[in-house]
Amino acid sequence: MKQAQKPFQFVDAFYLVVIGLQSAHTLREFAKQLSDVSPYCIFCHTYHALATHHYTSYSSDFAQWAMAGCNEGELAEQLGAIDVRQFVELEELRGALVREVNEYLAIRPVAADRPAFEPFYFAETREVVLPIDRQASNLAELAEGMQQMSLHSLHYHFVNSRLRLHLRTNDFSNWIENELGFPELALQIKRVDFYTNTLPEVRAEIIDCITPWIGR
Amino acid sequence: MSAQPIPAQSSVPPLNDYASIVGKPQIDELWMLAGALANCSAKMVNSTAVGGGVAEILNRVVPLFKEVGLAMQWDVITGGEAFFSVTKSFHNALHGMAYEDRPEWFDVFVATNEENRRRMKFDEDFVVIHDPQPLPLVAAREGKRNHWVWRCHIDLSRPNERVWNFLQPFVEKYDATLVSSTAFTHPLSIPQFLIAPTIDPLADKNRDLEPEYLQSVLDRFGIDRKRPIITQVSRFDRLKDPLGVIQAYKLVKRYRDCQLVLAGGGATDDPEGSVVFAEVQEAAKGDKDIFLLNLPPWSYLEINALQRASTIVVQKSLREGFGLTVTEALWKRRPVVASGVGGILRQVLHKVTGMLVHSVEGCAYQIRYLLSNPAFAKRLGEAGHDHVKENFLVTHTLRNYLVLFLLLKRGVNPS
Repeated sequence: MKQAQKPFQFVDAFYLVVIGLQSAHTLREFAKQLSDVSPYCIFCHTYHALATHHYTSYSSDFAQWAMAGCNEGELAEQLGAIDVRQFVELEELRGALVREVNEYLAIRPVAADRPAFEPFYFAETREVVLPIDRQASNLAELAEGMQQMSLHSLHYHFVNSRLRLHLRTNDFSNWIENELGFPELALQIKRVDFYTNTLPEVRAEIIDCITPWIGR
Repeated sequence: MSAQPIPAQSSVPPLNDYASIVGKPQIDELWMLAGALANCSAKMVNSTAVGGGVAEILNRVVPLFKEVGLAMQWDVITGGEAFFSVTKSFHNALHGMAYEDRPEWFDVFVATNEENRRRMKFDEDFVVIHDPQPLPLVAAREGKRNHWVWRCHIDLSRPNERVWNFLQPFVEKYDATLVSSTAFTHPLSIPQFLIAPTIDPLADKNRDLEPEYLQSVLDRFGIDRKRPIITQVSRFDRLKDPLGVIQAYKLVKRYRDCQLVLAGGGATDDPEGSVVFAEVQEAAKGDKDIFLLNLPPWSYLEINALQRASTIVVQKSLREGFGLTVTEALWKRRPVVASGVGGILRQVLHKVTGMLVHSVEGCAYQIRYLLSNPAFAKRLGEAGHDHVKENFLVTHTLRNYLVLFLLLKRGVNPS
C-alpha cells in the first residue's frame, strides 16, 4: 500500500454564531449591508449554513431569507445556485452575491423597498480549531480516520478547506493527489456533492470512493 | 438568606452513554475540548433549583461538565416573596406584556442581588448568570480577571422599554450574552452569541418508556388511550396561553372527539402559578374530557408518559424564549402544533417538523388537520426527532459552552 511522506493531519473545528448589530428589513437594505458586513459574516451565512440546513429549501441563509422573508422565489434560486465551490476567497463570493441581488433589483425595482415578513439578522462565526491525535499515512488509515471523525471535522476538511488552501479542492483530494499521486481518486472525491447530501451521507460517499483504492 | 450550592443529581449517566445516540465522534470531541480547558473552573447561577427549563438543563449539564474535568459549581440565589414578585413582573415586561411601573421595585431587585453577592464567591474562571433575576451579581467581577457571561433564556424581541433600559447597563458589564434567537438581540457593546437550550435524551423526562408504564400513567389520571389526546405541557403561566388552548380544543371538539391534557406545575420563582391555575380550572369546568394536571416538579416520568401517549402536542405560547417542551415532544416523534413565536421558530419548521400557528382558530384548524392526516403527522414527528438530534441535545450544550469558554480565554473577536 502506498505510503505518504507527509501524513494527513486530522483537525476538529468548532463554531459559535455571534449575531451582528446589522439587520435588513428590505432587499435594498440587504444589498447595501451585504457589501459592508465582515467576511466572517459571509462565511457564516454560506459555508457554515451548509452544515445546518438539512430541512430547508436552500443551503444558504441568504437564499432562504429571500424566499421565506421576501417571497422572491427567483432571487432565492439564484442566490441558492451560487456554489461556494467556485470560490477560493470570501470577497469573490461576496462580490457574486451582491451582483446577483443588485441585478435582480435592477430588473424588479418594486421588490427593493417592500418590507420583508421578517428581518434578516447578519451574524458571524467564531472558530476554534484543535488538532486531533490522529494522522493517516495511507488510504486505509484515511478511511479509518474518516469513520472516527466528527461531522464538524468533516465540514472543516471538506467544505471550508477551499478558503484555507485557496484552491478549488478539499483537504482529502489535495492530500491524495499530492502525497499519494492518485489524481483520479482526488477528482472523484471532489465531485461528492455536499449541497444535496447531508454530512453523514457525504462521509459515506467519500469512504465508498476510497475503499476500492485501498491496497494500491 | 444564603446562596445554596446544588448537589449534582446522581442519576445523570456517564457521558460515554450518549455515544449510542449522537455517535462516538461527537463524544470524543467533547473530551478533546475539555482537555483544552484543563484546570479551569466555572460557575452557573440561576434563581431556582427546581421547576422550569433552566433548572432542568443545569441539573443535567452540570454533572457532565464535572465528568469531563471542569470544576463546575451551580449556585441558586435566594430572595423573599417581594423579590420574586418583582422578577416575575420583569419577566413578563421583558416578554412585552403589561407592566405596572413601580420605581421601588428596582430598589428591591438591586438590594436582594446585593445581599446574595455579599454571601457568594465568584473566583471561578468563567461565571454564567442565567436570566434577569441574578443579573446585577456582575458587580462582583470588579477587581477580578475572570470571564462573565449572561445567558438570557427569555424572548427579548419586544421588551418593555423602561425595564430593559434599567437592566441594560448591568448586561453591558458582562463579556458576552447568550440568546436563543436572532430576534432577541439588542444594540449592545458586547458580543451576543446564538446558542439554543437543549434536552437530555437519557433523562427520565425523555428516555424510552415501557408501554405498561405509559398505560399505568394514563389509567392513573383516567385518560382514555383509544381516543385522541391533545396535550400541552407547561407551567400554568399566562404567557403559555392555557386558556387559548382550551378555546382551540373546544373548536376541535365540534368536529372531532378528543381529550385535552394540560399538564404542568409551578416554579419557586413564579408566584403567579396558582392564580393562573384557578383561571384554567374555571375555564375547564364541566368538561370531563379536559384533564388539568398540576404536577409536582419531580414528575418527569409522568410528563414523559403523557407526551408519548399524546396524539398531538400543542405549545400555544404567546411569547417563548425557546420552548423546551416543544423539543421534548419533537424528540418523542410527536406531531407538534405550536405558536410561531420566539425560539419555537428554530424548532418547528412549518410543515416539515411541525405546524406553526398564530391564533386560537389556526391552532384548532391544524389540530383537526393532523387528526385527519395521521400519515403526514407521523412524517412531521420523524423529521422533528432528527432535527432535535442534530441540534438540541444536551451534548450540544456541553460543546457550545466549552467552545465559548475557549473563545473567552483566547479573545472573542477574530485576530
